[in-house]
Amino acid sequence: MSPIALDIAIHLAKIALIFFVVLTLAAYLVFAERRILAWIQDRKGPNRVGPFGLLQPLADLIKLLTKEDFRPAGADKWLFYLAPAMAAIPAILTFAVIPFGAPLQLFGREVPLQVADLNVGLLFFLALSSIAVYGVALGGWASNSKYALLGSIRGLAQLISYELSMGLSLVPTVMLAGSLRLSDIVGAQEGIWFIVYQPLAFAIFLISIAAECKRIPFDIPEAEGELVAGFHTEYSGMRFGLFFVGEYINIIVLGGLATTFFLGGWHGPWLPPFAWFSVKTLAFAFFFIWMRGTLPRLRYDQLMHLGWKVLTPLALVNILVTGWILMLR
Amino acid sequence: METFFFMIVAAVAVLASILVITCKNPINSALSLILTFFCLATLYVTLDAPFMAAIQVLVYAGAIMVLIVFVIMLLNVRTESGRRSSHSVLFGSLIGLFTLFQLFYLFNRSSLTGQKGTIDSALINKVGHTELIGKALYTDFLLPFEVTSILLLVAIIGAVVLTKKKI
Amino acid sequence: MLGAYLPILVLVAIAVIFGLCSLVFSSLIGQKKPSVVKLAPYECGCEPVGSARERFSVKFYIIAMLFILFDIEAVFLYPWSVLFKRLGMFGVMEMGVFIVILFVGYIYVWKKGALEWE
Repeated sequence: MSPIALDIAIHLAKIALIFFVVLTLAAYLVFAERRILAWIQDRKGPNRVGPFGLLQPLADLIKLLTKEDFRPAGADKWLFYLAPAMAAIPAILTFAVIPFGAPLQLFGREVPLQVADLNVGLLFFLALSSIAVYGVALGGWASNSKYALLGSIRGLAQLISYELSMGLSLVPTVMLAGSLRLSDIVGAQEGIWFIVYQPLAFAIFLISIAAECKRIPFDIPEAEGELVAGFHTEYSGMRFGLFFVGEYINIIVLGGLATTFFLGGWHGPWLPPFAWFSVKTLAFAFFFIWMRGTLPRLRYDQLMHLGWKVLTPLALVNILVTGWILMLR
Repeated sequence: METFFFMIVAAVAVLASILVITCKNPINSALSLILTFFCLATLYVTLDAPFMAAIQVLVYAGAIMVLIVFVIMLLNVRTESGRRSSHSVLFGSLIGLFTLFQLFYLFNRSSLTGQKGTIDSALINKVGHTELIGKALYTDFLLPFEVTSILLLVAIIGAVVLTKKKI
Repeated sequence: MLGAYLPILVLVAIAVIFGLCSLVFSSLIGQKKPSVVKLAPYECGCEPVGSARERFSVKFYIIAMLFILFDIEAVFLYPWSVLFKRLGMFGVMEMGVFIVILFVGYIYVWKKGALEWE
């Protein structure tokens, strides 16, 4: 094969790998969540379809595809159709900049395990996460339902508030690494992970990504106790499925990013790099599920207070203090 | 190849921006504007300015358009009520013609495009776009940078004054 | 330079195709038996009361405006943090001034109660 054809083949293979692995992982994360929650609550969980219920995601997919796919009267036709895709696509795209393993030696060349090593990788992630709010906002608004509208307005305000603290908490990691390129940030953590230097920034980032995933205790946009299902109340079939899968892809992607920024990415002893990356990312996913099994939901005013009055100022002070200390050293 | 790509992106940008002003439903206008911003970001990337591209999406599509969509949602503006007055159509087309004339005039004078700056693609690829912008901003243009913070401060106070009834 | 962005373009295409395909398949495969009651917006099984086109509190509006302003502040922080080590103490000082000025605005917002939800 000529070098160019080989190049294209390698790139396509990486893209296909990312796409299918992320989608499958998201489907199995739903299953894992149901099993783990059941285990926490001393129930059995789904265990009938296939061995240990392992075929449950497939059954769910068939169910979602064959469900009646209706549009409530008075809903905005095109927005109602497109909103689920707008929610799921940015989540998939973010994975493009995450380095998920050490560069491989293949066919006598170095292949970085990352779809695109952009020199503005961190900004690429932030830009996409700022776009992801439209699915939530427009989906709820287009449904012509009170619960959906309330959910989407709450969701929009929550997402933008926590986006701020999420972005600010990443500034210290860039200061330490001196680059916005994600592979450089991982490279800078070869010795000591950034979580050691920046425990506060890590805590802020972790809380913010939990809010960005709309997970309990921050699931006020879809609080089932009061808003039925929030912004996707009126959705059915695969359109609901896209919202759902988008949310779980988001958990995996944000877990992967937390790994990249604070837990040294794929660095680690004994195990191969790809395994380290997977273990750390899945640990974040498990943490989010565990949180759902443990914590009560925050009230809306508490949620906004936490974002605006605690996390954002703390992140700003953290930046200045970090700068000061790094200069004195 | 690159020209072809530019043509497609530019065509989408022009189409989307025409949709912005012709759509009856304000939310569709807002979405078209977001699409225009995406096209602009793509053009920035082809011009070796990835930092600008990211900021274009982050600030314009991801923050300013969120405000606009939010306002449309909060006020529940569904369709545009009332017709456009003929005055505004006339005035708008006059301004459009004037701008077009200005552009043609500027491009026909070769001195406008004759000079090049010191920063070219090779330098950007070597040093990095973010680094170059940062270096200019935090050393040569220090005063404008600090003044920006005062501008933002004024805007913050303005936002509070506009929305609070009792101050 | 552009080469780095080509894979992303491909991924964008794949993601869009995936999104649209699942939407189209879902509406093709699923059964269709619409009725007036089924298509009514959900409201705990009761007849919908009033309209879902209500106006909302201006509170949310100020959150969105403040988000834009602090987002722009954050944008200024990224190039600075990349160059942080090269700018040295001088860089920390100038960013300190920048952040302190905006912190004044933040305190103003807080004191005026724009961040309160009652």
